[in-house]
Amino acid sequence: MQRYSIFSLARNAFSNHQSWSKAWRSPPLKNHYDVLIIGAGGHGLSTAYYLAKNHGITNVAVLERGWLGGGNIARNTVTIRSNYMRDESIPFYVKSVELYEGLTKELNYNLMYSNRSMIDIVQTYPKLREIKRRMYHMDLYDSTYERIETDEVRRRIPPLTGGGPDSRFPIICGMVHPQAAVCRHDAVAWSFARAADNLGVEIHQNTEVIKLIREDHNGRICGVETNRGIIRANKVAVVVSGHTTSITDTIGLRLPIKSFNLTAFVSEPVKPIIDVVVNCPDIGVYLSQSDKGELVIGGAPDPGQSFRRDIKQHVFENAVCSMLELFPAFKRLKLMRQWGGTLDIAHDATPIVSKTDIPGLFVSAGWWGGFKAVPAGGFTLAHLIANNEPHPLIEPFSLGRFRGLDFVLEAGTTTAT
Amino acid sequence: MFLKRELLRRPDMLLLHCPFCGPRNEIEFAHGGPEKKRRPDSTSDIEDEMWIEYLTVSRNPIGPVAERWWHVRGCGGWFTIYRDTRTHDIIDEGPL
Ligand SMILES: Cc1cc2nc3c(=O)[nH]c(=O)nc-3n(C[C@H](O)[C@H](O)[C@H](O)COP(=O)(O)OP(=O)(O)OC[C@H]3O[C@@H](n4cnc5c(N)ncnc54)[C@H](O)[C@@H]3O)c2cc1C
Ligand SMILES: [Zn+2]
Repeated sequence: MQRYSIFSLARNAFSNHQSWSKAWRSPPLKNHYDVLIIGAGGHGLSTAYYLAKNHGITNVAVLERGWLGGGNIARNTVTIRSNYMRDESIPFYVKSVELYEGLTKELNYNLMYSNRSMIDIVQTYPKLREIKRRMYHMDLYDSTYERIETDEVRRRIPPLTGGGPDSRFPIICGMVHPQAAVCRHDAVAWSFARAADNLGVEIHQNTEVIKLIREDHNGRICGVETNRGIIRANKVAVVVSGHTTSITDTIGLRLPIKSFNLTAFVSEPVKPIIDVVVNCPDIGVYLSQSDKGELVIGGAPDPGQSFRRDIKQHVFENAVCSMLELFPAFKRLKLMRQWGGTLDIAHDATPIVSKTDIPGLFVSAGWWGGFKAVPAGGFTLAHLIANNEPHPLIEPFSLGRFRGLDFVLEAGTTTAT
Repeated sequence: MFLKRELLRRPDMLLLHCPFCGPRNEIEFAHGGPEKKRRPDSTSDIEDEMWIEYLTVSRNPIGPVAERWWHVRGCGGWFTIYRDTRTHDIIDEGPL
């Protein structure tokens, strides 16, 4: 692997940057692998990387129907945080944040990881109680929340001029989650792809899985049918976010998952005005400012099941109107782009990383806030595929929990239900 | 291709036909989730698996779904529609 550094940058400047080697190969497709990973999003690529690095399993192909990193990993609002509610969830996300912090170095790729706190603007007492409850749980696992008074909130977020005593929802206080961060989303996909490829993993783009194939005599998974023919493997992992059920449906595996549309939009770039992630859970909007200066804004998902990737006008208007209540000056900003992605949410809103009833078939799904979970999701799924036993961090995320009706109810930290 | 063409001509909000009030804009309604199958008869012996599936699993098709809507900012009534999850087209009927 060609190392990236100030020296390689300088060296390549002499050849007008024409002689950089490719970040990953495009090898010919074989008809058999040890492990197939369906989906080259954040989770699929990090799983491939950790399979090779931690478990020495390198005869692996990642199959991607479009282009690598073109799914939700390219569409999210890059908030990384660990302010979850349940004992089962918090340690997993704490681990993910910890892995993220070391990734730039480990993968030799600048992720532009920027630790910058998330401040929840609290405007109702039920929300305050809910966040305090999370705070007490998080304290047990080294993830924190700290209360700040309204004056301090306004000092830390200068454009926050709305939410005064006469407004619809006056601000009660702020709750700061200092572990929150943002980083460059494309770099996450590209860096894992490059590192996995370097360890021998093959990434096959434009390779769409049409259905899963089982052995006739014992029901084991034995491969997949794709637009490029049949590919065999004894272990197959479905890591396709919003499209999970369309793949598992092909062998009659019914999962407690539904797909929804979540959207985001960005403003024109402006001078630095906000250096934290601002989350307004009571009115359903959150925002941060990108390195380019754009405000990156997100709201709640459209409540009905959806496989569309555009944004509904009134979902968009709801988010904008809510934002303007608190940030009236943003009325003058032009919005430049809007987009959506298809997310899957499990019945109890907690992810599923699990074996299935079909031997050899694994699923990693329900990642509706799963950008933050990319490193730990791949780390633990690789462990599960290699050992056929879950890593302790994801034991609570197994499909078995539904069998016992042991739900891990994880309501939305930001806006989703 | 199909999707792209469809997207260009779709309206931005749903026009929902409340059986009592007639066609009204989506913003008057609350989404009530997918239409459920009949609750299994709990007085007879039912398999655990049937129960769990009833409680947790819904169809998630790239295509028509049957779903409940509540006219919360209108007459307060509930009704079921069939909607295509690719286009948001409201259609006459589909599988349950
Ligand atoms: C608007 C928006 C904002 C978000 N904001 C945040 C946030 O702030 N913080 C956070 O933590 N998370 C956020 N998320 C969620 C996060 O983006 C996802 O949970 C995460 O990216 C999903 O995992 P992934 O990267 O593996 O998925 P994806 O990138 O979607 O990867 C799945 C891949 O599978 C491929 N695929 C699908 N079907 C097939 C097939 N049949 N054959 C082969 N390949 C197939 C797709 O093409 C895709 O590339 C947001 C999501 C959206 C849409
Ligand atoms: Zn009505």
